[in-house]
Amino acid sequence: MTDNLVEVHHLKKYFHQGRSDEVHAVDDVSFEIHRGEVFGLVGESGSGKTTTGRCLLDLYSPTSGDVIYDGEDVTKLKKRHELKNFHQKTAMIFQDPYSSLDPRMSVRDIIAEGLRIHQKVANRSDLDDKVAETMKLVGLSPDFMNRYPYEFSGGQRQRIGIARALAVEPEFVVADEPLSALDVSVQAQIVKLMEHLKAARNLTYMFIAHDISMVKYISDRIGVMFHGKLLELGTADEIVNHPLHPYTQSLLSAVPVPDPTYERVRKQFTYEKEPANLPLREVRPGHFVALAE
Amino acid sequence: MTEDVLTIKHLSVDFQTLEGTVHAVRDVTLKLHPGEVLALVGESGSGKSVTTKTVMQLLPKNAKVVSGSVEYDGRDLLKLPEKELQNLRGNELAEIFQDPMTALDPTMRVGKQIMEPLLQHQDLTKDEARQKALAIMEKVGIVNAKERFRNFPYQFSGGMRQRIVIAMALICHPKVLIADEPTTALDVTIQSQILALIKQLKDELGTAVIFITHDLGVVAGIADRVAVMYAGRILEFGTVNDIFYHPQHPYTVGLLKSTPTMDMNEGDLESIPGTTPNLIDPPVGDPFANRNRHALNIDFEKMPPFFKVSDTHYAATWLLDKQAPKVHLTDKLEQRREHYAKLAEREAQADD
Repeated sequence: MTDNLVEVHHLKKYFHQGRSDEVHAVDDVSFEIHRGEVFGLVGESGSGKTTTGRCLLDLYSPTSGDVIYDGEDVTKLKKRHELKNFHQKTAMIFQDPYSSLDPRMSVRDIIAEGLRIHQKVANRSDLDDKVAETMKLVGLSPDFMNRYPYEFSGGQRQRIGIARALAVEPEFVVADEPLSALDVSVQAQIVKLMEHLKAARNLTYMFIAHDISMVKYISDRIGVMFHGKLLELGTADEIVNHPLHPYTQSLLSAVPVPDPTYERVRKQFTYEKEPANLPLREVRPGHFVALAE
Repeated sequence: MTEDVLTIKHLSVDFQTLEGTVHAVRDVTLKLHPGEVLALVGESGSGKSVTTKTVMQLLPKNAKVVSGSVEYDGRDLLKLPEKELQNLRGNELAEIFQDPMTALDPTMRVGKQIMEPLLQHQDLTKDEARQKALAIMEKVGIVNAKERFRNFPYQFSGGMRQRIVIAMALICHPKVLIADEPTTALDVTIQSQILALIKQLKDELGTAVIFITHDLGVVAGIADRVAVMYAGRILEFGTVNDIFYHPQHPYTVGLLKSTPTMDMNEGDLESIPGTTPNLIDPPVGDPFANRNRHALNIDFEKMPPFFKVSDTHYAATWLLDKQAPKVHLTDKLEQRREHYAKLAEREAQADD
């Protein structure tokens, strides 16, 4: 029996409901995230992966469906202390390290905000110690505590964003495209940092990205989304090496490969159909796909 | 030997900023052969866009060309009066920008925007221009071109908008096309369509392309030759096979190793430690020395010259000097090459 930290049942999120421009951003999605794993969610822009991530952290209220976090239904949390407790256990790392940090707050205040809200520290020197410890954890020198975001490079800013997420010692972190605004060599640095932190802090990640090769590298299991639906779900190896859904196959075939010889003979498929509304079906142990038999 | 279409010689460009003078491009020499795709690879701030903006003479006001020349068609573009430059821009020299939303005028119908370079540069009636615009819209894969002609940019998806930008750039059949990260803002499936389109059109029109990107996967698919830029300098250049299979500069090797592939296992990905140097006060020697585990003492003191690796391949690293110790950096890259060679073979067999 695997230990599920998060269970998502028939999650739907519709925007502009009842209007002519109603959008079914997430349309009946169900999956689980096991404690201690990295769950990768891939898909193109508009596939609903970010909306799903935000529903999981109670940043959006779902139109219908349940999000069960550690046995509790997140969508039913109403009392202030319940919500606060949930938000302390979960955190988010955002895509753009330029717009997700308040330019008028010092690095100390950015990282300490959560500590203050959740009353994790008793006094100022405690707070500074905690901020310094978190900064060291993500590879930033605590000497920079009084500096402002504009003084840092993109990679360093993303480290500040990660430090902010980890300062309150969450157990579940949703990272929404944390690499796409960064340079290649810096992307590798941040991925390695995230791997290290996962081990050091016993974290569970949901890693949202469109770059399937990076998702493959970091994830244990991968879910593939398209037009608000989850089309395929399985271990990272299964999804990459034995993709079953034609959309997954087309997505994989479009990923450029850093090898000129192979890149020139590689076949690419396109998938332009609207997928039929089918439930996920287990075809191999742990490998699910939304295809008719 | 055919003549180069464009020759950039010893180009240096400075920017005046509040913090001081930024030496964004430092002594860059590049040649563009006819009909080829030259990929300019590097990270943000490496000077790739500044180099091509200098070619187009589209630098902002605080930039200054300190030295060098850009030779095109027997003339130095840097010395050309603005009027003559205007005759070249959008006509013989064209550019595709990264973000198709900001490259298009949101208040102008796309048909009119595509016709604009034609009406500017060629002596055509509006009706002739319209016919040509419709033809190129069809060529770049816009269905129902006649109806879409009167649409506004917001009525198109990101991929379709980029097709319109490409149509605008190619309508006058330019000799040189600069593509500045044209697929970075797009999804992978759309990216592969746009790359295929650029390849097909440049073959049809014989256009030479400078393709700026930081994605080595994209480079492998589209480039004939590659120049690797770092901290305003070119560190290595060669054919696409030279760069991917025999990289010499530790930075090139580092970039290749930090690019993830599907066959990587945990721990295989290597990152380059540290950050890029500040170009207000650039390092004296090899700019990559402070991030290079194999840096030699001389790397910190003197910029290495270009060492010849083969007729097509040159690299600026002291590791190629006769006195340098032999270091082997590319074990993992050789494994990757073998892996993909097998896959390529399998793919070829499947074809038979």
